Amino acid sequence: MSAPLTDLIAIRDLTRDQVDDLLDTAREMLPIARRERASVPTLRGRIVCNLFLEDSTRTRLSFDLAAKRLSADVVDFTAEGTSVTKGESLLDTAETLMALGVDLIVLRTSSAGAPVQLAREVEVPVLNAGDGWHQHPTQALLDALTIRERCGTVEGARVTIVGDVLHSRVARSEVELLRMLGAHVTLVAPPTLLPPDVGGWGVTVASDIDAVLPDTDVLYVLRVQRERMHRAFFPSTREYASVWGIGADRLRRLPADALLMHPGPVNRGVELTSEAMEDPRSVITEQVTNGIAVRMACLYRLLSATTRAEVAS
Amino acid sequence: MNELLISGGRVLDPASGTDRVADVLVRDGVVAAVGPDVAAASPGADVLDARGCWVTPGLIDLHTHLREPGGEGAEDVATGSAAAAAGGYTAVSPMANTDPVADTAVVIELVLRRGREVGLVDLLPVASITRGLGGVELTPMGELARSDARVDFFSDDGIPLGDSLVMRRALQYATAFDVVVCNHSEDPVLTADAQMNEGAMSSVLGLPGWPREAEEIMLARDLILAHGAGARLHVPHLTTAGGVELVRRAKQAGTRVTAEVTPHHLLLEDVEVAAYDAVMKVNPPLRTAADVAVLRAALIDGTIDAVATDHAPHGREAKRQPWEHAPCGMLGLETAFPIVHTELVRTGRMDALTAVARFTTGPATVRNTRGHGGPIVPGSPANLQVFDPELTWTVDRALLRSRADNTPFHGRTLVGRARHTVLHGRPTLRDGAVVTEVPNV
Repeated sequence: MSAPLTDLIAIRDLTRDQVDDLLDTAREMLPIARRERASVPTLRGRIVCNLFLEDSTRTRLSFDLAAKRLSADVVDFTAEGTSVTKGESLLDTAETLMALGVDLIVLRTSSAGAPVQLAREVEVPVLNAGDGWHQHPTQALLDALTIRERCGTVEGARVTIVGDVLHSRVARSEVELLRMLGAHVTLVAPPTLLPPDVGGWGVTVASDIDAVLPDTDVLYVLRVQRERMHRAFFPSTREYASVWGIGADRLRRLPADALLMHPGPVNRGVELTSEAMEDPRSVITEQVTNGIAVRMACLYRLLSATTRAEVAS
Repeated sequence: MNELLISGGRVLDPASGTDRVADVLVRDGVVAAVGPDVAAASPGADVLDARGCWVTPGLIDLHTHLREPGGEGAEDVATGSAAAAAGGYTAVSPMANTDPVADTAVVIELVLRRGREVGLVDLLPVASITRGLGGVELTPMGELARSDARVDFFSDDGIPLGDSLVMRRALQYATAFDVVVCNHSEDPVLTADAQMNEGAMSSVLGLPGWPREAEEIMLARDLILAHGAGARLHVPHLTTAGGVELVRRAKQAGTRVTAEVTPHHLLLEDVEVAAYDAVMKVNPPLRTAADVAVLRAALIDGTIDAVATDHAPHGREAKRQPWEHAPCGMLGLETAFPIVHTELVRTGRMDALTAVARFTTGPATVRNTRGHGGPIVPGSPANLQVFDPELTWTVDRALLRSRADNTPFHGRTLVGRARHTVLHGRPTLRDGAVVTEVPNV
């Protein structure tokens, strides 16, 4: 039995037991997420608040569906473009949400660390749905679930993450989780898009993607924003696509039984060509479905202490 | 006749090289006698007990944000002066980044007058280098130097003066009046959006990094320009090992440069950022253990002339924002000398006289400190601190005198604290309590 989960903010806050439990629970949720089984009443009467201070339709939909498959009530607090996005009143907003009686806050924000600050202020669990460049723990968990479902285990898998690691909350969570689960991680990125001093991350850093691909079990491609080239992170999208991007030619170097993953949404023609997306090794749509199961598991575990008490009464 | 006897303390006076137990008799705001037998000569004097304490010159801060005018929600001259007196200071340098900016004699003289009205600490005037901190037009340095305020120190602190031409002209122009130019050493292009020290911690925390190169590049430029102009350059809040090396080499080359370091950069590292508590957000940022070690060594060997607080009050609401939106800055006046005492003197790394020097004679080499900094000899203005080196206390942000409470040292136990502070012969801090009645001026 793993320690109860009070918040989910960064992968490094989790124990191995908690991760295994979340992945096992998510696996049980998979038939419900895939709509092979009906919704369950597990979280009936609980109120989940999606506090999205940064636009993200896909992630919000995923959390929304996850909560609804568990019969929770969902309220949306979308503050795109308001003063809350500037952070001025995040804690005021939290106070309001507490007064409204929500049971859990799913926070998406462009401010790294804001979920940490929020969790210090509110009594209900905080679930980080992405904070700046910092963390996106449910993305990492759904990716781990995807690898586990396909390969049986993450242990020993050779995972190559290619792209804009510097600006990527996905990469930070991914590396922490994959390392915890015993994968060998290689980062391939333009040196300008690699965080400084990643020596402590326990990863291999490479700059030649073609040399790495034959020894890759999972190729994880990160999204690259076109705007980055304006700050001289790389010369042009054309150069990015040719040197760091994944197309059909490059995929020939990837073993036949490898997986191709991407957190979405894809910048077609930059980090990944349309052709590559249609490669049979691509599991990008499975990642999306698995995301619902993982978020169900996280919501369930974060609310389970009080849920159990209610069931008992 | 107004007599004050500071009785039985260990007089630590770097300016005269004194380290001995002696009474100090003060008469009408001036030191009248220092020695073992002066008590008998003044039976009617008001007595401050200094047994077991150090008697030092009143401390001098080269870098203080009092926030008045314009930022009184966080601090004003009265609360900042009280914090200074409580920290053993008798002179502080209120920075120019107020609203309105201290770029005219009117604003500067207003602040100095407020300081005299409050009467808890002397204010040493600072004007901005450029009008409105705009980085384009110079402030009227000559007029300000010759005004009643006699400004001898110019700083756009908070905003780096990025334009090399304007900086070069400022340094050249300043030589006409032999005034000091102080530039925030940071290449602003390299630090756009920066949130914390760039390194392993920023990589984990996903915060845009503040590269050390930004400090070193700007500092190197300023040292080259100051050398060429023959101008006096003061380097505020050094934070990097590379920056220390640049200052060391410039001093060896004869550049007229002085440098300061803050207590927080001598003590705290960037790992403090891990909890995203914006009270740890400061510009320049907290660096690494290796930098801290180099800064300490440079302070001890004199490459760094002075400890300066960069006391920067911010209201709680501002500091409770998400990290990236919170303002930079930390309180410093009430904890600065106790931190250096606790971390460097008590640990045997620095002798007491040198520690006192970095708060007194050190600042006095940087600028005209107008009767502050010692020596403690007959005829000198009686600006003194009586410091209890054995008092152990825990920093409690609610008990600090500043209006704001953004101390990064909340909950930390320190050894040593000012017991009495004396400004022109009058106690401003007595037995740990700020003496608030306004003297007749």
